[in-house]
Amino acid sequence: MSDLLRLGLHDLHVSLGGKMVPFAGYEMPVQYPAGVMKEHQHTRSAAGLFDVSHMGQVILRPKGTMADLALAFEALMPVDVLGLAPGRQRYGLFTNDAGGILDDLMFANRGDHFFVVVNAACKEADVAHMRAHLSSVTEIDFVQNRALLALQGPKAGEVLARLIPDTAAMRFMDVARPVWQGAELWVSRSGYTGEDGFEISIPEARAEAFAKALLAEAEVLPIGLGARDSLRLEAGLCLYGHDIDTSTSPVEASLTWAIQKARRAGGDREGGFPGAARILHELANGPARLRVGLAPEGRAPMREGTALFAGDEGVGTVTSGGFGPSVEAPVAMGYVTASNSKTGTALMGEVRGKRLPVSVCDLPFHKTSYKR
Amino acid sequence: MKYTEEHEWLRVEGDYVVVGITEHAATQLGDVVFVELPETETMVAAGDEAVVIESVKAASDILAPVDGEIVEVNGKLVDNPGLVNEDPTGAAWFFKMKVDDLSVLDQFMDEDEYNDLIA
Repeated sequence: MSDLLRLGLHDLHVSLGGKMVPFAGYEMPVQYPAGVMKEHQHTRSAAGLFDVSHMGQVILRPKGTMADLALAFEALMPVDVLGLAPGRQRYGLFTNDAGGILDDLMFANRGDHFFVVVNAACKEADVAHMRAHLSSVTEIDFVQNRALLALQGPKAGEVLARLIPDTAAMRFMDVARPVWQGAELWVSRSGYTGEDGFEISIPEARAEAFAKALLAEAEVLPIGLGARDSLRLEAGLCLYGHDIDTSTSPVEASLTWAIQKARRAGGDREGGFPGAARILHELANGPARLRVGLAPEGRAPMREGTALFAGDEGVGTVTSGGFGPSVEAPVAMGYVTASNSKTGTALMGEVRGKRLPVSVCDLPFHKTSYKR
Repeated sequence: MKYTEEHEWLRVEGDYVVVGITEHAATQLGDVVFVELPETETMVAAGDEAVVIESVKAASDILAPVDGEIVEVNGKLVDNPGLVNEDPTGAAWFFKMKVDDLSVLDQFMDEDEYNDLIA
């Protein structure tokens, strides 16, 4: 794994028994000795600590006003940036001129600047994209010296409040910058597991001490990429490069909730983002295909790439699938033609040459428990 | 007990060969969530795909170690695939085969040789 990058916490992962595998150009822990199933269940019942330092952290500091920057940022996304209040975070999507998704991301208004977190595999391209389109209105700082940890699960709030009492008052999608032992943390109450929890950016030099302080709490176990994937799949959340990519529009991806009224037809700032013609057309008329939840009837998981059929007609493909430890059954999501996207539609998925029953279902598979 | 390079164990039980996977293989696979067993009374050749096993991570195949007939399968694994992790060398056997000549097992590793392989 010589040409792979190492996380700042690499040695900690190894000492915790993490099994390191290549992911998005990094050596990442896919699981620890507890195993994927137990790590998943532990996150749903107590608290799990994830190292997501491979993701990109970017600061956008306006050259003029925040409003000018917000409007320029909005020109890259079908999302209301201007309306995001200070201290709040929002989910965003960079789109291309064809209405496909270049990346999905989180952005936070921190009063006098924005903080953006993007996917690891896309981060270089995302930063180049922002430099190309936003340089006249903002400084772009691609942060290199901070780790990013996620603490997720029903006990996450209680645990973090023990270390940093100020975080107790935060609600879902709030952001704050509390200090822990002299280090400024960038905290958001969010995550990608469907559970309550936090994402915490910390100076790399202090990350190991902070991770160890969290792991010393009885409720916390380290969690690898394997459980991160099953947790986000049960929560119905998209994985970039699998469930969404440049060929899928936000409307097809059932991410219309991320497109606020201000950017839709009749809104104050209708359109004006890459791919607006297609995206607004699909909002008005419905897309040709939709991302849906898929519940295989048997025990056989239907993994990414499984072809879906209605009768003899191919109607779609699974984009993420596996076993849902909390659901105790296989779970999947994928794209199907609009006429086959209604909840309850009976389809067949082809697994190892056999067509097995699967039905379209609502997402998420596991009820989310964000602290709103 | 004999062992294959595919991390299966083979145990002779009367005229039959019982086939399962080793503790090492079960650990590598991770939590098993699905097992698909072969039909009984089918003839298989060495190297044929006999069992499909899926863990939370991925799907893998278990191959027939020798030529023969599948005479019995362990139906318990279909309802309780986690047994593969709990007791891989005991309760979680996959299938029993009838072979023409048990000396066909001589080609496989004994326990010491297998332990060297995974060391």
